[in-house]
Amino acid sequence: MELLMKILIPVGVFAALGLVLGVMLAIASRLFAVHVDERVPEVLECLPGANCGGCGYSGCAALAEAIVSGRAAPTACTVGGGACAKAIGEVMGIEVGEVVRMRAQVMCSGTAEFAQKKYVYAGAADCIAAANLGGGDKLCPNGCIGLGTCVSKCPFGAISVVDGVAVVNYRKCEGCGVCVAACPKQLIALIPYDSRHWVGCKSVDKGALVRSYCDVGCIGCQLCSKVCEADAIAVENFCASIDYARCTGCDKCVEKCPRKIIWSARKQGRGLVISREELENN
Amino acid sequence: MSFTDVLLLMFGAVLVENFIFSKFYGCCPFLGVSEKPATALGMGMAVTFVMTISSAATWAVYYLILEPLGLQYLKTIAFILIIAALVQLIEMFLRRFVPALYAALGIYLPLITTNCAVLGAALVNIQKGYGFGASVAYGFAAALGFTLAIVIFAGVRVRLQFADPPRAFRGFPLTLIAAGLLAMAFSGFAGIRF
Repeated sequence: MELLMKILIPVGVFAALGLVLGVMLAIASRLFAVHVDERVPEVLECLPGANCGGCGYSGCAALAEAIVSGRAAPTACTVGGGACAKAIGEVMGIEVGEVVRMRAQVMCSGTAEFAQKKYVYAGAADCIAAANLGGGDKLCPNGCIGLGTCVSKCPFGAISVVDGVAVVNYRKCEGCGVCVAACPKQLIALIPYDSRHWVGCKSVDKGALVRSYCDVGCIGCQLCSKVCEADAIAVENFCASIDYARCTGCDKCVEKCPRKIIWSARKQGRGLVISREELENN
Repeated sequence: MSFTDVLLLMFGAVLVENFIFSKFYGCCPFLGVSEKPATALGMGMAVTFVMTISSAATWAVYYLILEPLGLQYLKTIAFILIIAALVQLIEMFLRRFVPALYAALGIYLPLITTNCAVLGAALVNIQKGYGFGASVAYGFAAALGFTLAIVIFAGVRVRLQFADPPRAFRGFPLTLIAAGLLAMAFSGFAGIRF
């Protein structure tokens, strides 16, 4: 009998304890219930769930809430792209236009071989720290510092530094734009995913000055804008830039450029990463 | 226990017998949520909040239910139950009435449900035979010690991000070494005895 009580009392006490706590929690969940718009979890379902922060919100859950409350557009998620925006539009009951998928592109070609340095940097391995020290170790004030602040920020592991210049592996790039905000030189731009061409330079110095410190800097010679039949290239501040709405991808500017800095994704070499395999081999 | 004794108890719990550096309780959140000082502070505040309340609740359950029935040997499992239910309750309460605090602590609260530091504080209170007031004070002070440790460590880790260590040390190994050095620094407080 005594043995039986020794077993029954603890079992009873814990059953009662569990029951009391359970009932308490059940009551509390009713009492403290918070009304949540049921579209929030539905929108969250549509989002990619990478929590990259490219939209400017702390994560996918925060963006879902912002979309439902109308503070953010249904197309705010660049990573999810068109399919995601369409699904969100269906949940929200609004028409969503076409979304162009973007990818990041580093607008610098000045690898260690081509761009001259003004001093030997031996500080913290971070572009922002280096940029604070006389604008970085390259003579070019607009060149890639190559210490990989964007590499560490990229939520998708798509960026690597090859020969002192950051390179985006666009098979991995989701176009979230986190690197665009991270680069202290504002060297990274989002361009349409399918565009094959880009100008690998953002220098705004005069041609003669650019020649003095970089073998692959844009000198603003305007040969590309003259040869372009689609009138897609503009040269401003001694630097060419491509209007992707007009570019037909004809490759004429690539052949004409005397500095070989208009890149075509079909072209390989010079450390440009085209495929994932190439990135892994480096 | 006089007021001075309680103060000394709290001082000891924060520095001399720091939960992380001398007892090795709560190492999981200490290593997991210490990448940024702001999130570390959030975690520390959540632990402080829960540990203070759970110290009071577990003390009451132990002395009002378990001891009269002679069930002291079941205290560990009872405390786990109490703490888990309490954290759930606090989470719901905050979500309803203090949304700002919920937004700050929300994601950390469920993590604390299974945090050994919270259970550790409850068990130490019983082991040392503290009264109700001293138990709450000890729980609060131990959590303050935890917060101090995790915030200091987050500061160290921010610096570590800019370090360029050999490949083998990168990431977690270096983090553990830094934690060890910090624990050694805190062992200096062990000389303070009252």
